[in-house]
Amino acid sequence: MLVLSGIAVIALGFLLRFHPLLVIIVSALLTGLAAGLEPLTVLARFGHAFNETRYVTAIYMVLPVIGLLERHGLQERARTLVAGLKGLTVGRLLASYLLFRQIAAALGLTAIAGHAQTVRPLVAPMAEAAAERQGAGADEDARADPERVRALAAATDNIGLFFGEDIFIAIGSILLMKGVLDGYGIRIEPFRLSVWAIPTAIAAALIHGTRLWLFDRRLARRPRR
Amino acid sequence: MIGIGFVYLVAGSFFAAAAILGTVDRRWSNALFHALLALSFFAGDRLGDIGNGILVLALVAIATSGRMKRGEASTAAAPQGPLLALALVIPAAALGGTVLFKQMPARVDPAQATLVALAVGALLALLLCHLLLRAAPLSGVRAGRRLLDEIGWAAIMPQLLASLGAVFALAGVGEVVGGLIGRAIPTGSIFGAALAYGLGMALFTVVMGNAFAAFPVMVSAVAIPLLVHRYGGDPAPIAALGMLAGFCGTLLTPMAANFNIVPAALLELRDRYGVIRAQAATALPLLAFNILLLWWVVR
Repeated sequence: MLVLSGIAVIALGFLLRFHPLLVIIVSALLTGLAAGLEPLTVLARFGHAFNETRYVTAIYMVLPVIGLLERHGLQERARTLVAGLKGLTVGRLLASYLLFRQIAAALGLTAIAGHAQTVRPLVAPMAEAAAERQGAGADEDARADPERVRALAAATDNIGLFFGEDIFIAIGSILLMKGVLDGYGIRIEPFRLSVWAIPTAIAAALIHGTRLWLFDRRLARRPRR
Repeated sequence: MIGIGFVYLVAGSFFAAAAILGTVDRRWSNALFHALLALSFFAGDRLGDIGNGILVLALVAIATSGRMKRGEASTAAAPQGPLLALALVIPAAALGGTVLFKQMPARVDPAQATLVALAVGALLALLLCHLLLRAAPLSGVRAGRRLLDEIGWAAIMPQLLASLGAVFALAGVGEVVGGLIGRAIPTGSIFGAALAYGLGMALFTVVMGNAFAAFPVMVSAVAIPLLVHRYGGDPAPIAALGMLAGFCGTLLTPMAANFNIVPAALLELRDRYGVIRAQAATALPLLAFNILLLWWVVR
């Protein structure tokens, strides 16, 4: 039971808004000590895992390109693109992006889009421009806050990715499921696992699509000046 | 053979360049932080486990010192040049490269095809940007350094959380949590078991930040003994829907930093939890859908 103290540290630390990195280190140390490990063993395990997971941080290699394009006016260009597409709303734009992201991920193409590659340079500024045309940002209404529009763009990317990728049979999570079930002597074709990701993918598109549609409606209903 | 080493070389070079530019611009703490990251990417395999652990402690010390500066505000020029086409070079290269590299397993490690393609795409796009936009030689790296400073210490949070997961695994946290949840289920209730499994996947993912860590635990605690063996459910949908219930948890937790915290920094949101707030109203109904479907499949 003592090994759960690390989880308590994480929960409390995040809740009380201590520095997240410090919370993580303290939690790791406490968990290790509670399990009777030497502090140096914990440090070594932590360092080893840090080194093995560098690929997570490698994505920042795209930042020079994004930064350079933004300095040359990419976000403004993305906004102009929205201005040329009559009838494009935040909801329709993000719903289209959701479907694109789900379908691409279902085909195994998870890395062609993402927060650094597509959301920050393209999707977020386009969504903001569409929201402005729908009358957002003209007053103090919290719902039409440009921050909320940007957050919604990031949320749409995550939802599209998570509930599309499991339809692809060679993705990590499918292979993990197969591996774990193999350990219990249950042999399952990856295809059967991926088929069962389809109902949830459809439900995700419907639920999130409805929310986007409602977002459009709320923007339209707000009194305009 | 080209593999992950090439990707680390490209990423490490960017961090090193950011460190050098940070020194030039007298942003000492940021420069040191990025220099240590560059060291990790260039020489991480030669530092040893303890060495890497000390490297992490140094990174965290800099991050918590409060001396890292945010990126400077920058002004964008009036748009000119094929900006949208250039913005699509990286996604297109990632797509084309992945397909192409999988055809040449002798030259490119097939397991790393996408990351290698992404690195090639980043280099190609940077070259094209400099050629077509006539940007000054260092302006790309400088603009990237500014964005990296905008993300700040949050850049290494996903890696740190993954490492915490490794310590949790070593300490046997999963087994303890699984045992607790297993004991909390009322006997004889299929719905109770489905609820405990789906909710347990989501909650454990919220704690760990990763459904992959939760899955083996919840499968051994609930899915196999109860849903499969006692109630005779089909393992394929039980596994798939449990994992997807876990993904709903991923949408709700700051522990999944690369999906929830890093984008908030990248989009310069004031609210660190803004992305999570925007996701909650989709994640919760979807979790309920997964649990109900799970119950319907097993019953």
